[in-house]
Amino acid sequence: MVAFLVSAIRLGMMLLFGSTGETITEKSGHLNLGLPGVMCVGASCGCYAEYIYLSSCGENVIPVLAVLIPMLATFIGGAFMGLIFSFLTVTLRANQNVTGLALTTLGVGISDYMIDKTGDIYIKGALYFKASLPIADKLGWFGKVFLSHGILTYLAIVVALVTAFVLNKTKLGLHLRAVGENPGTADAAGINVLKYRYLATCIGGGIAGFGGLSFVMDYLNGNWEYVIDDIGWLAVALVIFTVWKPNLAIFGSLIFGGLYVASSYISGISFAGKELFKMLPYIVTIVVLIFTSMRSRKKNQPPESLGINYFREER
Amino acid sequence: MENIKLECRNITKTFGKVYANRNCNLDVRKGEILAILGENGSGKTTLMNMVAGIYFPDEGQIFVDGKEVVIKSPKDAFEHKIGMIHQHFKLVNVFSATENIALGVDDGKRYNLSRISKKVIEITQRYGFIIDPDKKVHDMSVSEKQTVEIIKVLYRGADILILDEPTAVLTPQETEKLFNVLRRMREDGKSIIIITHKMHEVLSISDRVAVLRRGEHIGTVNTAEANESLLTEMMMGEKVSLNINRSEPKDSVDRLMLCGVTSVNEEGRKILDNISFTAKSGEILGIAGIAGSGQRELLEAIAGLHHLSEGTITYIDPKTEKEENLRDKSPIQIRDLGVRLSFVPEDRLGMGLVGNMDIIDNMMLRSYSKGKSAFLQRKEPKDLAERIINDLHVSTPGATTPVRQLSGGNVQKVLVGREIAAAPSVLMAAYPVRGLDVNASYTIYNLLNEQKERGVAVIFVGEDLDVLMELCDRIMVINSGRVTGMVDGRTAKKDHIGLLMTKSVEGEE
Repeated sequence: MVAFLVSAIRLGMMLLFGSTGETITEKSGHLNLGLPGVMCVGASCGCYAEYIYLSSCGENVIPVLAVLIPMLATFIGGAFMGLIFSFLTVTLRANQNVTGLALTTLGVGISDYMIDKTGDIYIKGALYFKASLPIADKLGWFGKVFLSHGILTYLAIVVALVTAFVLNKTKLGLHLRAVGENPGTADAAGINVLKYRYLATCIGGGIAGFGGLSFVMDYLNGNWEYVIDDIGWLAVALVIFTVWKPNLAIFGSLIFGGLYVASSYISGISFAGKELFKMLPYIVTIVVLIFTSMRSRKKNQPPESLGINYFREER
Repeated sequence: MENIKLECRNITKTFGKVYANRNCNLDVRKGEILAILGENGSGKTTLMNMVAGIYFPDEGQIFVDGKEVVIKSPKDAFEHKIGMIHQHFKLVNVFSATENIALGVDDGKRYNLSRISKKVIEITQRYGFIIDPDKKVHDMSVSEKQTVEIIKVLYRGADILILDEPTAVLTPQETEKLFNVLRRMREDGKSIIIITHKMHEVLSISDRVAVLRRGEHIGTVNTAEANESLLTEMMMGEKVSLNINRSEPKDSVDRLMLCGVTSVNEEGRKILDNISFTAKSGEILGIAGIAGSGQRELLEAIAGLHHLSEGTITYIDPKTEKEENLRDKSPIQIRDLGVRLSFVPEDRLGMGLVGNMDIIDNMMLRSYSKGKSAFLQRKEPKDLAERIINDLHVSTPGATTPVRQLSGGNVQKVLVGREIAAAPSVLMAAYPVRGLDVNASYTIYNLLNEQKERGVAVIFVGEDLDVLMELCDRIMVINSGRVTGMVDGRTAKKDHIGLLMTKSVEGEE
């Protein structure tokens, strides 16, 4: 049971990165379906940076840098994907869905290539990421469930809370939401729609990238053997499941994480059964969609102009 | 003159070759309400948009407090304390009133909703608004949304408020409330410009009236010295002769009878209010009215596209002379009943034609279900398309050119041509000459006349009174969804129609 909770939290928090990043993006009116690709690229950049750093340092590794350098690379990688998305949809006016799916294909391809570069070095790197507070071991199950995680797990919660605060309590958040809801109105109010969309998408991409890095380092212990795009789709579903609210997503991610890993902790399930179990989060999302659509409460709806590009001339 | 807050001098604006405004001079004093009166398309909104920074004038100057200013964006306008409330509200639906008001305001202070909402309440109390600052816009009525828009402008410190047809969407009671608020603002020293075409409102609220006609400023008069007939005369001007051939109706029989047709929109406002009339075969019935008075809804109701809450629509089949009830039948049922109703929608590329498809395919949109086999029959539509191109002189590279690439006039011809080809017994045309040049317009008039001579009952919705008076046998005037008069096209006076279009509904017997 303890082991189940530990891995549910661990997986949940990396989904949280993805969904927080995607929420920021979607609040600006951009439906970035390239999220799986963004997370894959984030993971690839982070891992490659770790690879370079560890192999160049040899034995003299500074643990803090071994964590920060990959994180920086991950953020840049994710943000770069967001930049591509924004450039295509805002500046070149491409269709958002098509652009997003293309980015997913691209990102998955890049990470597929990076897997080949693995080896023991990622496993070594993962140790730095998984370093936890020394008191965790002494507090029994409590310590194990809540304190045994690496830095990224806690960062996910912090990022989600900060995002929720910024979105709901600051002028920046108000403007961002206005841009996603009704860009024409925002434009008329003197808000730079273009700037907000670019920035939100890039920052969102960077944050989502951490999810990929966290998956490789925390969940797979650096033992990266397969493409990780399915957690990207899970994160997209999580955004819908938690009706575009990052603070709700903290709990939603735990449910998703739990459902996703549950099959490994229930004995006597066949391989096919496990795969069925992994579908549960998506089914739950569909049920949530049905309920929110049926009640049609305006505050639980996606941003009004989500997925719609804005050109001022078409006012 | 002292106390002039805002002055426009020799403002000219063209769109393409068309003058939207030509040498307009206008001034507003401090603490007064100026009404701008004019027909549709007389350039009222364009002129004000230039003051509010939506458009930039081609020529002319704008002065605020005696100093010349350059207004290039709404932001510039706000810097000169000018705020405009547009007809289409610019609000974020999921935000509360306060959030909408705070949007984009940079007062250098920390973002704090309760501080803003306190200031909002202050403004509401000062001018007598009634609004809940925490209410979400999507839960608001139209009048509440408008209130939010006005407060938004006041919150930004505007001294000059421009309201573009603020009463078009309001009930009489709401209008009265709004006017009370406006009067208080006037006492507070604000300058208010209200764009309208409702005569009684002009007379009841404004201090002075500026009249525009075809983009030109005709004159500004003190409201106290004005009356309805003087203003109508200024607004309508002299009758212009167009020389459209008009034949006497022959063998007219009743074809379409409407009785007590009423329709209510989502907000509970009556879009159509107890409309009754009869359209006869072999004549053109014109419908005149200010845009948005219910013309579109009326035609859609006849075509089965608009739901009615009350009333009957009866159609008399020319062959069997049997009466058919059209009310609440679907457009396809109406056609299947043998009731041939052809409809030229207002928005030619929006509803009538598919822009990316070629002329033949657009012909097939009406006929595809006639074929017997599983495959499309392209022969007949192709012939039809070619016939229309020849008969109506559509200038196009060929029948397979996408409709979107044709010019406005040619698109119109294709659309009207297709509807006429169905050999209708009732032909409804809404604004079929909108955006067309003179020659193309005459082609359309001739087409309608031809149909009339064939015994078709033509219903023509137009915006140009001169055309209506030359083309139509009878003209029905509607105002706010009600029929305010039925006049003979041959003997009607222009100012009389104008008066029917604009006079207060309440003022009727």
